[in-house]
Amino acid sequence: MSEVATLPTTRDEDWRYADRDYLAAANPDAINHWRTLDVPAGETRREVQIHSSGETTPGMVDRLRVHVGAGGRFEAFVTIAGGKYQRVEIEVTLEEGAHFEFGGVTLGGDDKVQEFVTRTIHAHPNATSNQVVRAVQWGHSTGNFLGRIEVARDAQKTNAAQNFRAILLEKGASANTKPELEIFADDVLCAHGAAIGQLDEMARYYMASRGIAPHVAKKLLVQAFIGDAFVAVEDDQARDRMLEETLAFLEDTL
Amino acid sequence: MLKIENLSAEITVADGAKPILKGLSLEVNAGEIHAIMGPNGAGKSTLAYVLGGRPGYEVTGGSVTFNGQDLLEMEPHERAAAGMFLGFQYPVEIPGVSNVQFLREALNSQRKARGEEPLSGGDFLKLAREKAALLKLDMEMLKRHVNVGFSGGEKKRNEMVQMGILDPAFAILDETDSGLDIDALRIVGDGINAIMRDPAKGVLLITHYQRLLDYVQPDFVHILSDGAIVKTGSADLAKQLEAEGYDEVMAA
Repeated sequence: MSEVATLPTTRDEDWRYADRDYLAAANPDAINHWRTLDVPAGETRREVQIHSSGETTPGMVDRLRVHVGAGGRFEAFVTIAGGKYQRVEIEVTLEEGAHFEFGGVTLGGDDKVQEFVTRTIHAHPNATSNQVVRAVQWGHSTGNFLGRIEVARDAQKTNAAQNFRAILLEKGASANTKPELEIFADDVLCAHGAAIGQLDEMARYYMASRGIAPHVAKKLLVQAFIGDAFVAVEDDQARDRMLEETLAFLEDTL
Repeated sequence: MLKIENLSAEITVADGAKPILKGLSLEVNAGEIHAIMGPNGAGKSTLAYVLGGRPGYEVTGGSVTFNGQDLLEMEPHERAAAGMFLGFQYPVEIPGVSNVQFLREALNSQRKARGEEPLSGGDFLKLAREKAALLKLDMEMLKRHVNVGFSGGEKKRNEMVQMGILDPAFAILDETDSGLDIDALRIVGDGINAIMRDPAKGVLLITHYQRLLDYVQPDFVHILSDGAIVKTGSADLAKQLEAEGYDEVMAA
């Protein structure tokens, strides 16, 4: 991995959907800074974050490089609800039998650009990874997920899954996704899926027919939709809190 | 209670609008159960959806008053709060939302709209358990996501459980009997009687078959054909239809 002390631009593949203005004005040291985390063999580490900087800040780039020892587990559950530009980037290298679990939600309006970029490196055999990203966008906002999965030559029995779905609540909002699978081993399972759509009109009508007001119906459906990203949060209370805090950003704006 | 006068409506199709209801008039008084029968394509489901305010179903003429209010001026959720219930021919699946949450939101939304206090979690579950038992639907099904993985018969029974919990003043039941086996048909029929047979309530049953009417005796039977009521009679009319067919009866 080469790192130069220059600023990335939207011509760089990994930054193609990024906010141009933010990049142009950004501090190279901040953008090129990586936090690092080592998960010792057999242990579990978890990150739970909600990024929600308001209108007054131009943006945020958070880059995390994780190494997970054999049989270890790294979990990240992240909501991006702020802007104008927010990017969470996670690079994970998995040793034998390690697991990476990722749940991400982007949720925003106006002209926010919100993105997750992951690079999952299955460096050794028997490692597994599961990534679920949900985007809920309105106004002229954009939600992105760029997910690269690399499977090294001897990383047999890798099982990697990646799923992205976006709901655009209004015309003018957009979502981009770019799954990238680079597989050099021959006995692996890699699944990826992507879909971009709107709220289910029939479900909304069904709810209305039972007396549920439109804004409540919308919230329930968004809750159900983003819930997928937090299914893997083991602690029920933590999951509910994550959902609730994420949904609060919907209520502010709709 | 429900007064439909000269109602015309069209639905949006790929190349414009298609007229379906063509001057339909019907009045249902409190305490009455009316059945609407008719051949495929007559407009039965369109009538249900127009009364339920489904988007894409455009009223082009006539009027509908419900307990003195202009029904067509109300939003779908306002119609529900005013006491109208629409039983769907094809109940909708909502992954990620549990039946219990869905119904509690629905009931409390309606109560709020009527200026009533919301029901507590405990009271709601008690009510839900009681209505599920009435329709012989396993309480476990109510904890699952709305209609997801339900069989056709379970979906229809779930509709009736919802009706029991929401306790509407008026129910429009669109082919609630389709997809039910004989035992389920009796359970649903008994459920409709238990929930809706009341001097203060009204029911509009839309059905293809006479068999539901053995359990839920209608006061009036109407034949809907090409967007209008062409014949009205007693419960015997349904039996006559079953025996002779639409063409024969409408020609008579």
